[in-house]
Amino acid sequence: MTTTTISLSGNPKRHRRERVVKRIFWASAAVSVLISAAIVMSLIGRATTFFVEVDKSSLVDIGWFPRRGLYDLLTPLAGTVVVSLLAMFVAVPLGLGAAIYLSEFARPRVRRFLKPILEVLAGIPSVVIGFFALTWLSPNLVQRVFDSAGIFSMLAASIGVGILITPLIASVSEDALRAVPTSLREAAFGLGAKRSETVRKVVFPAAISGIVASMILGLSRAIGETMVMFMVGGAVGGGIRELNPLRPGTTMTAAIASVATGSDQVVGEGLTFESVFALGFLLFVFTLVLNTVSDRFVRRARERY
Amino acid sequence: MTNAGDLRPPSTLPLDRQATVQSSPKVSTADTLATVNAPASSISPSNTDEVVLDITDLNVYYGDFHAVADVSLPIRRNQITALIGPSGCGKSTVLRCCNRMNDLIEIARVEGSVKYHGVDLYDQDVDPVEVRRRVGMVFQKPNPFPKSIYENVAFGPKIGGFSGNLDDLVQESLTKAALWDEVKNKLSESAFALSGGQQQRLCIARAIATSPDVLLMDEPCSALDPVATFRIEELMRDLKEEYSIVIVTHNMQQAARVSDRTAFFTVDTDRSQRTGVLVEFDDTGTIFTKPTEQRTEDYITGRFG
Ligand SMILES: Nc1ncnc2c1ncn2[C@@H]1O[C@H](COP(=O)(O)OP(=O)(O)OP(=O)(O)O)[C@@H](O)[C@H]1O
Ligand SMILES: [Mg+2]
Repeated sequence: MTTTTISLSGNPKRHRRERVVKRIFWASAAVSVLISAAIVMSLIGRATTFFVEVDKSSLVDIGWFPRRGLYDLLTPLAGTVVVSLLAMFVAVPLGLGAAIYLSEFARPRVRRFLKPILEVLAGIPSVVIGFFALTWLSPNLVQRVFDSAGIFSMLAASIGVGILITPLIASVSEDALRAVPTSLREAAFGLGAKRSETVRKVVFPAAISGIVASMILGLSRAIGETMVMFMVGGAVGGGIRELNPLRPGTTMTAAIASVATGSDQVVGEGLTFESVFALGFLLFVFTLVLNTVSDRFVRRARERY
Repeated sequence: MTNAGDLRPPSTLPLDRQATVQSSPKVSTADTLATVNAPASSISPSNTDEVVLDITDLNVYYGDFHAVADVSLPIRRNQITALIGPSGCGKSTVLRCCNRMNDLIEIARVEGSVKYHGVDLYDQDVDPVEVRRRVGMVFQKPNPFPKSIYENVAFGPKIGGFSGNLDDLVQESLTKAALWDEVKNKLSESAFALSGGQQQRLCIARAIATSPDVLLMDEPCSALDPVATFRIEELMRDLKEEYSIVIVTHNMQQAARVSDRTAFFTVDTDRSQRTGVLVEFDDTGTIFTKPTEQRTEDYITGRFG
């Protein structure tokens, strides 16, 4: 009686291919981690130099003039807060309104037509929006409503940034609304709820985590946005600390950009070059916190159903 | 808005209307509509032959697809009417015509009439929202709102402008749905924390809370185990004292156990499309013991292909 031994070890060639594929993916994952680490390292090094060597009294001053040794960090910080909050005032009602309309009220045919337009809007380069804000929004809207506003103002920039992040908020919150099961809408309708009641009392609350996440994503995009503020915000070389949105101002990102694109030899000017890294580091921490929070919201939204 | 105007929230209806109507059978449409929410306990048992929902020559189309043809079906008061038949024969479609849930489907078109106490639900001036408050619905899969148990039951009354004692109404509805004892100590907990069978009874309580007089149930037990199914069947027998019930079921024994009358639907193979037709409608006993039609007998004895 002969016994044949069965081999269950599989095809060695396939095993090898499997290992190679796995390594390729591992490598690409590793590269992105390495890049992030490199960014943080480069930021931390120069930022530390800045904070150690800077004259502490110059950190709180009348404004941010890095080339003159005035490093009032509150100036770009205040500008960022003013601009991103105003941008949210524009983007949240517009974005949520569009999302609710698309997901709850629009007929399928209208939605099929509008959704791609929204996605195209999301892809408009910020320099185009910046140009639009400078040449159209500022003279035709901001200056017409507020006499005291100049052509460069934080308000004009805020509206531009608001327009920029509206499609993002609309699209993410629309996904959140659409993810609410139809069975819940049917339950509400079956109890005699009107469409608006169904949206307000059932669909919206059920999608709230995703909606909040969309707003936080929009906010961090607004904080990170550079070009619009750079073009429309005025205060390019530096600026006085300013909370009035009708005045020119600078944000953290625009401040970094203006030093980085300076025509003079920035490296030679004391700590000017290092100050940019300090700002960059602050910005990094700022958005990291926001992203962590939004991540938590997104995850909770997913766990719900 | 003659009819819709009279479809007021039940709680505002004077209860003495009941007496008025019974003494004079030839009342106007408006008066008839006003009576339907009078407590059923005051309805004499001899009234059970009254037709609550009168479906006449109903034809439903989904776009070009003729889904249901020429269905005529009277639903009688304080009875359980079962709709049985093979998958795709239009049971859910017919059921959803009884509270205008088909309005929510863009391509659905309804011809014929569904008279609710004499008023055609598809009349121009009938508000589907009012219809759904009187004709409640329980769905195949339990679909509680992601809210507390209490809020689930209170949802319908709240949007209906209920002005009485909400706590009492919630307790009463949960009691009728045979759920009160199990949940009375955790009313503020999430409805998702309940078992499937409890969730379905919660959905029944939620439907009852708007004080409808007809309950539509689309395979309410198909997602439940036999014990939970048994409890719901028991519950239905209790509920029919007060409500008229239409139930869609795939479970032949269930139809035989709980229903008073049974309608057998099938897909008409003689037509070009897979159109659903009503084959036979009779007392449940007759349908299951000596059906007139061969097709009915084939189906209930399991000889159906
Ligand atoms: N929203 C819709 N759009 C297009 N066709 C539909 C829609 N709903 C149902 N139909 C079609 O109408 C027919 C009847 O469907 P219906 O859901 O009423 O059947 P059913 O008897 O309830 O079946 P089941 O027992 O499987 O639930 C089917 O052929 C179905 O494909
Ligand atoms: Mg069905």
